[in-house]
Amino acid sequence: MVPTRAPSRPSVAVVLASAATFALAGVESHEVTVEVDVRRGLPAFTLVGLPDAAVREARERVRAALLNSGLEFPLKRLTANLAPASVRKAGPSFDLALAVALLAASEQLPPDRLRETAVWGELSLGGVLRPGRGALATALGARAAGYARLVVPVENAEEAALAEGLEILAVPSLSRLVDLLHGRWQPEPTPSGMRSRPRSEALDLADVRGQADAKRALEIAAAGAHNLLMIGPPGAGKTMVARRLPGILPPPSLAEALEITRIQGAAGLGDGRLAADRPFRAPHHTTSAQGLTGGGAHPRPGEITLAHRGVLFLDEVAEFSRAALEALRQPLEDGRIEVTRGQRSVGFPARVMLVAACNPCPCARPAQDCRCSEIDRLRYSRRLSGPLLDRIDLVCQATPPPVAELVAPEPCAGECSEAVRARVVAARERQHHRLAGTGALCNAEMDGPLTRRYARLGAEARGLLASAASGPLTGRGHDRVLRLGRTIADLDDRERIATGDVEEALAYRMSSRVAHAA
Amino acid sequence: MLHDPARRAGASEPCDACLRRGFLVGRLATRMADLLERRSGRVAEVLALADADLIASVAGADANAVRSYVEDFDVDAARDCLEAGGVRALCRHQPAYPPQLAVLADAPAVLFVKGAADLSALLGDDIVTVVGTRRPSPYGRTMARELGRGLAAADLRVVSGLAIGIDAEAHRGCLERAGTPIAVLACGPDVVYPRTNCAVYERILEHGLVVSELPPGWRPFRWAFPARNRIMAGLAAMTVVVEAAQPSGSLITSTFASQCGRAVGAVPGLVTSRLAAGTNGLLADGARLVTGAVDIVEELFGVDAGARMAAAPRDSASERSQVGLEPVARRLLDAVEAGHDIDAICLEAGLPAREVRAGLARLEASGHVCRDGLGSYHRAATTSTPALGRIQP
Repeated sequence: MVPTRAPSRPSVAVVLASAATFALAGVESHEVTVEVDVRRGLPAFTLVGLPDAAVREARERVRAALLNSGLEFPLKRLTANLAPASVRKAGPSFDLALAVALLAASEQLPPDRLRETAVWGELSLGGVLRPGRGALATALGARAAGYARLVVPVENAEEAALAEGLEILAVPSLSRLVDLLHGRWQPEPTPSGMRSRPRSEALDLADVRGQADAKRALEIAAAGAHNLLMIGPPGAGKTMVARRLPGILPPPSLAEALEITRIQGAAGLGDGRLAADRPFRAPHHTTSAQGLTGGGAHPRPGEITLAHRGVLFLDEVAEFSRAALEALRQPLEDGRIEVTRGQRSVGFPARVMLVAACNPCPCARPAQDCRCSEIDRLRYSRRLSGPLLDRIDLVCQATPPPVAELVAPEPCAGECSEAVRARVVAARERQHHRLAGTGALCNAEMDGPLTRRYARLGAEARGLLASAASGPLTGRGHDRVLRLGRTIADLDDRERIATGDVEEALAYRMSSRVAHAA
Repeated sequence: MLHDPARRAGASEPCDACLRRGFLVGRLATRMADLLERRSGRVAEVLALADADLIASVAGADANAVRSYVEDFDVDAARDCLEAGGVRALCRHQPAYPPQLAVLADAPAVLFVKGAADLSALLGDDIVTVVGTRRPSPYGRTMARELGRGLAAADLRVVSGLAIGIDAEAHRGCLERAGTPIAVLACGPDVVYPRTNCAVYERILEHGLVVSELPPGWRPFRWAFPARNRIMAGLAAMTVVVEAAQPSGSLITSTFASQCGRAVGAVPGLVTSRLAAGTNGLLADGARLVTGAVDIVEELFGVDAGARMAAAPRDSASERSQVGLEPVARRLLDAVEAGHDIDAICLEAGLPAREVRAGLARLEASGHVCRDGLGSYHRAATTSTPALGRIQP
């Protein structure tokens, strides 16, 4: 934010100044330089550099904000450029940089005070800074671009301060910013102590009666971040079990929490504090493919990105549109999704644990009342395509507990979430230790070579898997069974994968060979 | 097989009158649909009428047009048309026409046949019809396939109707053991109905025969299903119903079978199951109780043949007796057999889910249980199939 050409001869009425700011692209931010050119002529204010309507309106906000803050709005010919000029700019977050560049160009700011400083914020007509979306993404971008200081609205300061190594200047208004740059005022130091959100009150597994199979599958899934499908009649408690998953997941590490917070900030979901829980997203089954994967003219994160490092729960998964489910296939494998819209392509992180639930048949009545024909069932099961099912590691049954158990007056004796979570955390520790330095964080993230290195089998288990592989297992399925077996052994705190682990993994894996195929 | 080569030598061409009659039935198909939609019991009677009477009773306002169709019928063109479609016609005056069908009063004048197998496959007293519901339980499915396998392994031919469910399973079982499947259709022999069974249809064309009373090209009519059932019953020496509710098309077939003096068998089912109402009813009425292909062989060829078949060497894949199972595995197997879901098995066996799952995987690997498309476990067939070889006398 330095006048790039010093006004050595004031009579030459051309002044050029620039300010750095950051624009959100997906969940990351990239640098945008706002250049302002002031020259003599009929008073006019032109904005170039592919601005959208909200950016173009910044001219009016900046004019009013300057005047209402007791500053001068130069009645000259003003041209502002948002560089790089080839990228479309959206949103109101360029206001502050535009105002600052304008002040510098009209020599209302000391030029040397804004070296290594980026500014970011929206202006009100009165000159007050309004908070925006994506403060953490902006701060991380500024740090990566080599800036030492970032000016942000007060409300965004806490979130921005999560990016360590960057001085955050929390400024309430434009006039305060001018005071700051003139050395007449100092902002209060931003608390950079990483105040975490309190952990949300999780539902407890002890409340679930029966469901031994689903509980076990849930524990394995949580321990290795594996994908899970629950099949059961309505009212069996599939949703109830799934909602208890966050309670047994290990808390996110600092790096993971930062990723989660950055995404939530960019989507406008966070409260500025560091996320203490993994996200749990349960989009409705009418959600479109774009809603799940992200999209829009200015690509915004979809549900799978909002669930990054957490759980994406698809209730009534067979009711989702085919396009939406198929769109999940690639990100489920890669942990990342690339959305291309118009001229640009934005990458979103999408490392999720998929938990899905569906009924055994379209009528969804108990087995003895079901009158669905074979064709109805076939059609229903075909809504889940083979490639999607192939990416699901565990398929479990949810069954309504016997009525006797429901009406039992005593509290149920099920294990509480805390105990299960302790085992899950221990299993994750083992994985973390083993996978240190490989880029993978848990068993589900192991790629082919890692799987072969860390999931070694004994001869008996290999034979078992080989006989299954000749039948319903695909190559991908084979690796997934190995990873699942690895997790089951980790849950038992064993380094060696026993035959029983592989057997259990195989039993939880959906056979993709439909029994009545010709 | 049991056919006289001399009789086969006489099989040359279907006679003109019968061929005309065959195409006449096709021509009248839509009229019959209007007339018979609600009176399926009379289909056989109507089809037994002579040409003139048939036209008079069915064609109605269309009668004159149909009569002129019959008069102008170009037999040679029809023969060319059949040949072009790869369809063979078999008339009741040819020696190759199955005699067990020809003795019936309402036997079709001509059968349109498609498929690679020799026409002699339709002859003999070693043909068994296996029919059942279109929405079977996993148990019915398993039994139908097992019967198809067992019958093919014993060198018997399996007739069924290519419907989804039991019919298709019986065909598949027969194909698995390199048998000669015979599908009797309610549409032209070149029409696949239902479309779902396209793959099975193609394989039947390769290894067996597809038979129909309707000329090529005709879509199925509702009246044609009971008409088809009488052909299935008439072709076979024995009709076995695997699973059938009450009422059902399978019971129509078994009624036809007993009317023309053929043996009827039924696979027993759970008393509480809707799908067993028809079969258990048949058993109560005196049908032969069928638990495997051995029972069918015994019914058709006597106790000795059955005993010989039972003593024949088994293939290793079907060595699935409970003998030698660990106590835990046996308990799991019993629970699966009783139709319990996994949570109920856990409660009953007093085992945690992990051990139940691992145990079920072992049982699946050893072929004792199998899983359906939604991951539920079912008991795999226990009836052992003998290795390939001729059993009957």
